[in-house]
Amino acid sequence: MSLDKEMQELLVNYTIESAELLQVMEEGLMELESIEESEETINAIFRAAHTIKGGAGIFGFEHIVGFTHVVESVLDAMRDGLLKVDSELVAALLPCCDHLGILVREIAKGHTEENSDLTKQSEKIIAGLQPFLDNAEGKQTDSSQVASQSIQVQDETHRVQNIECDNSKSGNWHLFLHFNPDCLRDGMDPLSFILYLTKLGEIIELTTSTQALPSAGEMDPESNYLIFEIVFKSDAEKADIENVFDFVRAGSQIHILPLESKIEYYIDLIDSLESDDMQLGELLIKCGVITRRELEEGLQAQQAKRERQQSQHIGDILIEQQTVQKPIVSAALEKQQRVKESKAIENQSIRVDAGRLDILIDLIGELVIAGASASLRASQTGDMALQEANAAVISLVEEVRDSALQLRMVPIGSTFSRFQRVVRDVSKELGKDIKLHISGADTEIDKSVVEKIGDPLMHLVRNAMDHGIEPAQLRIERDKPAQGNLQLNAYHSSGNIVIEVSDDGRGLDRDKILAKAVERGLIQVGETLSDQEVYSLIFEPGFSTADQISNLSGRGVGMDVVKRNITELRGDIAIDSTPGKGTTLRIYLPLTLAIIDGFLVGVGESSYVIPLDRVVECVALPPNENHDYMELRGEVLPFIRLRQLFNKKATLSKRQNVIVVEHLGVKAGLVVDKLKGELQTVIKPLGKLFGHVQGVGGSTILGSGEVALIIDVPTLLRQQEFASNTH
Amino acid sequence: MQTLALESELNIFNAAEQKPRLLEFLECDEELEVDLANVSEIDTAGLQLLILIKREAMKAGKKLKFVMHSQAVLNVLELTNLTGTFGDQVVLSSDEE
Repeated sequence: MSLDKEMQELLVNYTIESAELLQVMEEGLMELESIEESEETINAIFRAAHTIKGGAGIFGFEHIVGFTHVVESVLDAMRDGLLKVDSELVAALLPCCDHLGILVREIAKGHTEENSDLTKQSEKIIAGLQPFLDNAEGKQTDSSQVASQSIQVQDETHRVQNIECDNSKSGNWHLFLHFNPDCLRDGMDPLSFILYLTKLGEIIELTTSTQALPSAGEMDPESNYLIFEIVFKSDAEKADIENVFDFVRAGSQIHILPLESKIEYYIDLIDSLESDDMQLGELLIKCGVITRRELEEGLQAQQAKRERQQSQHIGDILIEQQTVQKPIVSAALEKQQRVKESKAIENQSIRVDAGRLDILIDLIGELVIAGASASLRASQTGDMALQEANAAVISLVEEVRDSALQLRMVPIGSTFSRFQRVVRDVSKELGKDIKLHISGADTEIDKSVVEKIGDPLMHLVRNAMDHGIEPAQLRIERDKPAQGNLQLNAYHSSGNIVIEVSDDGRGLDRDKILAKAVERGLIQVGETLSDQEVYSLIFEPGFSTADQISNLSGRGVGMDVVKRNITELRGDIAIDSTPGKGTTLRIYLPLTLAIIDGFLVGVGESSYVIPLDRVVECVALPPNENHDYMELRGEVLPFIRLRQLFNKKATLSKRQNVIVVEHLGVKAGLVVDKLKGELQTVIKPLGKLFGHVQGVGGSTILGSGEVALIIDVPTLLRQQEFASNTH
Repeated sequence: MQTLALESELNIFNAAEQKPRLLEFLECDEELEVDLANVSEIDTAGLQLLILIKREAMKAGKKLKFVMHSQAVLNVLELTNLTGTFGDQVVLSSDEE
């Protein structure tokens, strides 16, 4: 591979990765607006920006490096708590993401040199960030003043460290003991504690500090003023050493720190710990540098601070309380970071070219067909052993098929979360306050479906926000909360994926739609229609109620296109609406597009496949039934005679069967001659020539080599409905 | 030269009484000696008193020596590493040993 080509591939990877990172940044920023504990998120955003910058540096895209650097500075200030995270800041950062996206896309297109238009834009956006940076710098100086105030405390630590002389090399703990002034009165003598300490190990060095002893006049002979600092050598655990001072802990300052010279040791220890995602405190306890009690104390302090609306990292608190030194905390934090990152890498998926995956799926399709053929032959031989062997192969093939299809499945969450941004932007545009709720983000759906569902969803979301949810003023008048709610939900339901877009807006206006439909000649005056039928009128091409036009309407697809897109995916859409309460649009999509479980039936000489997830039951057709309906457990079941539908002339079989199918709650029967059982079906699309054929969803090849048509139940039912309506 | 011989205990139980006594003793001469031979028990409170009067003597420019340390006193000084030093500023002469 030439260097150029290699570079080219790296570049492709860089652009793909950057796009993902930008997604992470954007999601993170959206999250920042809604959560309180933002540290993790800011870190994630920062890392993403940093990685983009790093990659750009490798390729020498100075303009990206320069731009990202400024963004990174702002993020850094946020990380350090110098900048308060508010919607203003988020609003300034979001355009940065967008702009970075543009810059990266330019590179993906092969325009690696910066162009002046984009540079101007970069400068403009950076100028927007400048006030925040200035602000952060101002705070920086403030905080350095604070730092100088806290030097007093630091000093003490310094002094603690001062007594480390040569002897200390053989010690491993550093004790700082300032017993509470009343301990003598309480009958506890510091000296006896120190004496007891010698049972646990060896005192290498001890300094008695008398500085706290006041002048003769003020000195209370019964109070303790002495402070001891000890370099201690012991094999005991920190907790054991700590236990020595259990009785005097209240009111005393007792710090047990690992010696400076041992810090390296602990850092190494932390590095070598086999840990999964551990909390900082747990990590420190595990390596023995702090005790559980100290951690709990620290956590309490953190809690107390939180109650006072301050937030501080537990690591910083532990350092402040002189429980542990900074380098160790830093090492532990780094370790944590590494663990997280390695986890993130583990979680990352392998990037596979979609084309290769398609080839695999195709091959498995062929395998399914070949398997069916083999098993047919086997059953004809009557060789039991062969049939058993075949059955095993078939069941494995089924598993392979399922897991291969699983490869194409992706959670719908990433598609959904993109709408956070859309909802945010559009609601600003419209001047409405709308909150997006997402549920069922884990629901998995075929990748090709995900790609195609984005546009229709976008349209539905925009529609709901624009037409569905009322302006705040109107909402308040109608006794609704001023904030509108939009919900995206996904779930699996009997072989379908259901995606719901619901709002709590005004609902559809039945009368208005009816009037419009009459005006357009879609229905006759006086025709009675169910709510469902009325609502589905809005999917008619060009159907729009005139007073609803805004700058959002007319953007891209209309409702009819939404409908068409979904139908192309062999899906369906239904509307549920309550006036004044809201509207829910449900999109039904098949789980997969490539291979399905089918029910094979025979009509005349031909075979047909009915998708198994549509089949409810099979019943025998009552003899001499001349109507196109029958009674099924007290209900009328209309049916379609496939024999008539497909013009089969062959002699009638003695016994006909009815397969009850269901779609969107509508049941109907399909009359067939023979039931041939279940089989896996690889859906092969019909050629373009047959594109207009209704009621047939594709074809498949049977084990015998025969071709069977796959019946498209929803279309067939609609046709049937339509036919019965017009008659 | 005045000598004060401390008896039996020097601890939290009598520290309150010993403090004025020791301070009073400081007043009586320029060169002073404290005999610790009979101090059978000493604790932090007692140690603090010794440190206190040593320091007060220093401040007043007087000479104060502890002599005839009992084993109990030696043990405590040993433990607290004050055998050679009494506080940071005070350098004790070798005759204390």
